[in-house]
Amino acid sequence: MQWETVIGLEIHAQLATKSKIFSGASTAYGAEPNSQACSIDLAMPGVLPVLNREAVRMAITFGVAINAEIGRRSVFARKNYFYPDLPKGYQISQFELPIVGRGEVEILLEDAEPKRIGVTRAHLEEDAGKSLHEDFHGMTGIDLNRAGTPLLEIVSEPDMRSAREAVAYARKIHQIVQYLGICDGNMQEGSFRCDANVSVRPPGGPLGTRAELKNLNSFRFLERAINIEVERQIDLIEGGGKVVQETRLYDADRDETRAMRSKEEANDYRYFPDPDLLPVEVEEGLIEAVREAMPELPDARRERFQREFGLGAYDASVLTANRGLADFFEQTAQVAGDAKLAANWVMGELSGALNKAGLELAESPVTADRLGEMLLRIVDKTLSGKIAKQVFEAMWLGEGSADEIIEARGLKQITDSSAIEAVVDEVLAANPEQVANYRAADDKKKPKMLGFFVGQVMKQSKGKANPQQVNQLLLKKL
Amino acid sequence: MRSQSISALAQSLRAGEFSSVELTREYLDRIAALNPQLNSYITVCEESALQEAELADRRIRGGDAGLLAGIPIAHKDIFCSEGVRTSCGSRMLDNFIAPYDAHVVSRFREAGAVMLGKTNMDEFAMGSSNETSYYGAVRNPWHPERVAGGSSGGSAAAVAAGLCVAATGTDTGGSIRQPAAFCGITGLKPTYGRVSRFGMIAFASSLDQGGPMTRSAEDAALMLEVMAGFDERDSTSAEQPVADYRAALEQDLKGLRIGVPKEYMDAALDEEIAASVQLALDEYVRLGAELVEISLPNTHLAVPTYYVVAPAECSSNLSRFDGVRYGYRCREPKDLEDLYKRSRGEGFGQEVKRRIMIGTYALSAGYYDAYYLKAQKLRHRISDDFRAAFEKVDLIMGPTAPSTAFGLGEKADDPVNMYLCDIYTIAANLAGLPGMSIPVRPVDGMPVGLQLIGNYFDEGRLLNAAHRLQQESNWHLATPVTSE
Repeated sequence: MQWETVIGLEIHAQLATKSKIFSGASTAYGAEPNSQACSIDLAMPGVLPVLNREAVRMAITFGVAINAEIGRRSVFARKNYFYPDLPKGYQISQFELPIVGRGEVEILLEDAEPKRIGVTRAHLEEDAGKSLHEDFHGMTGIDLNRAGTPLLEIVSEPDMRSAREAVAYARKIHQIVQYLGICDGNMQEGSFRCDANVSVRPPGGPLGTRAELKNLNSFRFLERAINIEVERQIDLIEGGGKVVQETRLYDADRDETRAMRSKEEANDYRYFPDPDLLPVEVEEGLIEAVREAMPELPDARRERFQREFGLGAYDASVLTANRGLADFFEQTAQVAGDAKLAANWVMGELSGALNKAGLELAESPVTADRLGEMLLRIVDKTLSGKIAKQVFEAMWLGEGSADEIIEARGLKQITDSSAIEAVVDEVLAANPEQVANYRAADDKKKPKMLGFFVGQVMKQSKGKANPQQVNQLLLKKL
Repeated sequence: MRSQSISALAQSLRAGEFSSVELTREYLDRIAALNPQLNSYITVCEESALQEAELADRRIRGGDAGLLAGIPIAHKDIFCSEGVRTSCGSRMLDNFIAPYDAHVVSRFREAGAVMLGKTNMDEFAMGSSNETSYYGAVRNPWHPERVAGGSSGGSAAAVAAGLCVAATGTDTGGSIRQPAAFCGITGLKPTYGRVSRFGMIAFASSLDQGGPMTRSAEDAALMLEVMAGFDERDSTSAEQPVADYRAALEQDLKGLRIGVPKEYMDAALDEEIAASVQLALDEYVRLGAELVEISLPNTHLAVPTYYVVAPAECSSNLSRFDGVRYGYRCREPKDLEDLYKRSRGEGFGQEVKRRIMIGTYALSAGYYDAYYLKAQKLRHRISDDFRAAFEKVDLIMGPTAPSTAFGLGEKADDPVNMYLCDIYTIAANLAGLPGMSIPVRPVDGMPVGLQLIGNYFDEGRLLNAAHRLQQESNWHLATPVTSE
């Protein structure tokens, strides 16, 4: 039997504000436990929340970026449940009137038409603290540093039909929030978290019962967890069973999902408007100001890279995958004056070196300006592509700028025809047998045989002879 | 000294007739003598009070004293005060030393007031008789077998018995006005948002409001001036400038239109209380005011509406008392659930638990629309009643409470009957309006309160009307035997 997968995602993006959403405590990651929790975060008796204006601006920025309706009047609500790392016994969230309403984003799959994914809503809420179950000898430690950190919860429509679509959508949201500078996107530190609602149904049929998957802290896990959950549900139904609505945890070590809590055990959150906070009234002027300050978004930038630099769709989308990479590429291309060359080097040599060293782009020992300067030497024929790789390696090791390395190592390409001609003559004279064979061979075999002579000339010139000129001279003389 | 107004005391302190240390010691002595019987204080801060008094004396001599420099006051134990136990009348917070000052407490510190201690109250301000306090009931200074009212019963009794010059209270459904009426003092609940709630332990956030409890309207004006004003730490606090309440006290009442709601003065009201209220109203007529019969047709809905809204909010507000970070924790919990159940089960008293249960039920999925949402709609209707009334009148007057102070234990087992004590006061909280209670002619030797309700931020007019009556009468000057 055929089954259709239906997926909706809930993404929690931690907003990059300096202080918490309802208190003045710092949001910096990695501090000593409970050193960044003030009396408000600790829910001391009598304390009150005050909304962080910057969090509101960031949420609106996201809303404008996905063409969503901005809630002119949005309301904070209390979500009530008991947990030791939830100090107030309720989480301040938004329920009936979120700050961001209906919007959409477009995803691109390889070899596929673009697809629009609906965003149902995005709302502001506070994060809880952390319960630490290890190292406390049977007790639980509570760290409230994270309590009150602002989150934007972005809820999608159930528009995705495969794990790959879900990943493409999650990557798209990840890309947008990073471009907007409202979230650092760090999945390891939990700044960007995905939960997936997954169900299966006969194609086009009514929606099946869904399971909510949690603990998906990388795109790879997201894809994997959805795929094995879909298999589990299909096996279950085909075996005569029924999917129950429940929350399931993905265990990457065992590569399985397991039930965490079922709907019967689920909390009744008793949402109601928080009487400590007034409704947020968003003025048109603020939305306009956000619109004007909006940075170029990934889709627009991709299109511009194709149009302005003549890049292919694939290259353009790789280079705009995140804002840092796109900025790096654009700067390199500007300095080098050759965008295609810059694209090849950024995606090739540079990305390879970063991967090998396990570094982030921001940590690259070769800056965009340095790389651009080196590429300029390829453009002006000072360097051949092959020698340039040596120069790049030297720059990576911190030996200075391209020009300094070329100078120090004497790597300047030989483009003087008479100098190259002398070497060519020398090589031909030293290999009379190969010359005779070449001349006697048929045209089909000749290009392959020419390689021998090219190799000899390059060897003699220590790789510095301009390869095009070597080719031309050899052809002429042979 | 005790019969003098705050401004007279302040003047004497400045003139050097006596020192704040002397004044403070006199009050501390009275507390030592009378509090064991009245039980109006939970915590007495003898040492720090004398230190504060000394500091005030130095400042007075130095000429840079604040408005209330050296005046001994008391705070309801719902206001956090740094380094001092802040119990909220509950076993849950019996061990809680507040790490910070409430906005109101810091305002009084800045004004130079001396904090004598923290007054008794119904547990988490839930009650109308002060009998739900973990620290035991407060006794009415006018009659030892009667209640002082609640929830600010400790403050009311302490002011009435001369155990402080003035005190703070909070009012969610009548908790300043009803004990003020029962103890024969002046109590003012300001407009919602006039006084910051920061550091005031929340009962029902959309209704709670702090205010002064004093011997006169004149004192209340001075106290409110210190308490009122915008505080950026409370999002519901009003940015409206604070009026000069003292300057408005003396204004002529000629032409003042006083609305008398027929729903308050109907046949159900005790005849003698009605007569005392009428006597005061007649006095206003003599002062040039005009009485207008008005109708607040949704009055009967106030109590049921309140008993959905307030418990709903309290059920959520009190969730933070979970035995995890501070406050009461049960002994040797088996697991997390046991920790929650027993810490809260043992730490909270019956009335608090009853309201948490009611509120949790009202907010539950499937009941929310029928209870909470409906209550919010009724709340709007009650506010609309007042809006319409204030188009015709300047102030509304009637009784504060349907009876005088009742006997200790008389209503303790009958919560609904207890809830009806606030039948006249609750509507002002639901609408967010300022309300006041001042003493009028007693009935059978027990005080009776006249309630005044004003328009939003019209505390100045309330105080003015109350002050003018107090200038023409001496009901507010009567003192109970215990204080002689």
